[in-house]
Amino acid sequence: MKKLLALKNVVISIAILIIIWQILFTVSNYDAALFPSPKMALDALVEMIENGRLFENISTSMYRFAAGYLTSVTVAVLLGLILGRLPKVFQYVNPALQLLRPISPTAWMPFIVLLFGIGDVPAVVIIFIAAFFPVLLSTVAAVGNIDPIYLKVSKNFGISQPALTWKVIFPAAFPQIANGIHLALGTAWIFLVAGEMVGAQSGLGYQIIDARNNIRADILLATILVIGIIGILLDGLLKLIEKLILRSWGGAQ
Amino acid sequence: MYIEVKDACKNYVQDGREFTALDHVSLDIEKGEFICLLGPSGCGKSTLLNALAGFEKVNSGSVKIDGKEVTAPSINNITIFQNYGLLPWRNVLKNVELGLESKKVPKEEREKTAKKYLDLVGLSGYEKRYPKQLSGGQQQRVAIARGLAVDPDIIFMDEPFGALDAITRMKLQEDILRISREEKKTIIFVTHDIEEAVFLADRIVVMMADPGRIKSIVKVPLGTHRDRTNDDFLYVRDKIFELFNMKVDDYIEYNI
Repeated sequence: MKKLLALKNVVISIAILIIIWQILFTVSNYDAALFPSPKMALDALVEMIENGRLFENISTSMYRFAAGYLTSVTVAVLLGLILGRLPKVFQYVNPALQLLRPISPTAWMPFIVLLFGIGDVPAVVIIFIAAFFPVLLSTVAAVGNIDPIYLKVSKNFGISQPALTWKVIFPAAFPQIANGIHLALGTAWIFLVAGEMVGAQSGLGYQIIDARNNIRADILLATILVIGIIGILLDGLLKLIEKLILRSWGGAQ
Repeated sequence: MYIEVKDACKNYVQDGREFTALDHVSLDIEKGEFICLLGPSGCGKSTLLNALAGFEKVNSGSVKIDGKEVTAPSINNITIFQNYGLLPWRNVLKNVELGLESKKVPKEEREKTAKKYLDLVGLSGYEKRYPKQLSGGQQQRVAIARGLAVDPDIIFMDEPFGALDAITRMKLQEDILRISREEKKTIIFVTHDIEEAVFLADRIVVMMADPGRIKSIVKVPLGTHRDRTNDDFLYVRDKIFELFNMKVDDYIEYNI
């Protein structure tokens, strides 16, 4: 019942969005080729599904996303677990991180394209950068916030490194680390599109540029919709994984 | 002597003010004794316990166990904390197995030992539960089982029942007394509850605050079976009460 109600909310919310779109289409004087109706975008979507281009681009993008996001999360968490235990070292690392963090990953784009050329690498690198800082910083903070009693108990029971990290520190810090990983997912997905718009000849981001070049606003809007839907699905998938991990850990914290 | 504290001093600087937690404290404890460190807050009883357990170092003087200077915590001397210190992501069985893992005990034996001690603290059948599904008293029982599982020589207890309600506390006091007899462990127990100290201890180390020092050491002549309503029990308790009200500052060795 609760799920059905939630579904009802989703349907109503999206219906309102489409109605507003339709009203804007009806009252505006723009050429239909430049500002298509929801129906036209839907037709374009069907067309892309039928000629197979959509799934080809989705799978290209997903591959890049998975490669960039997973390596970034792995590296950032490992580095964060180490730096979190070395506050004196982190004092020196932190200012550099704070300098690099506010730079939009797209700012690196020309540089990355110059170094690696057009293709998979620029998009993967952009995603890596986008996910790296939030995950690293939340991991360092999470390790610093661990209840000292866990460390006292570990010391007492003779748990030393590396067992200390994977038996105690990581699970104790996990809920807060998961927050960072979750936050980074959204950011990384946003920058995948940016990365593919500049540095690739395939994928969903490129499909947007391609649609613009061919003045196919209907394909453009259909692609935007697909990007949004995949974003929601990825978020839901991650929530599910988080829930499973926490449940296997007795709903820790 | 098994445990030997000699002339131990410990100072802290708190809010810019120097604070003497231990002022030339000396104490000898024999193997198998149940010792209660009793006193008001700030008397240094927890500091003394932490120094014995190896979590803190004294500024001067010496703290020796079995002839060796204490420098770090050891798996031979387990501390039980007031807030239990269970790992919430491990179930009860896995929590009790924690120390056995670092002792490299094989898996099957770990499980057997853990179950044995869970049975001893009255928690058979709770193996698959998680700490947050248990009451405070049950969580402390798990912590006690976890401590006993590694077969330590000494158990340090830092106000272990302080967060529990009165009835649960009495039940746990009875259990820890029974366990200390059965398992023949040396137990050093910090408390500010006079009745608790009289119920549990072979000797009560009465401490005073500012500076933290030992005022007196009281032998409790009540034998193994203790009854809180018994006249002898009340007599000893009243003696300790008197001790806290006394203004005399000199050291008294008490024998009742």
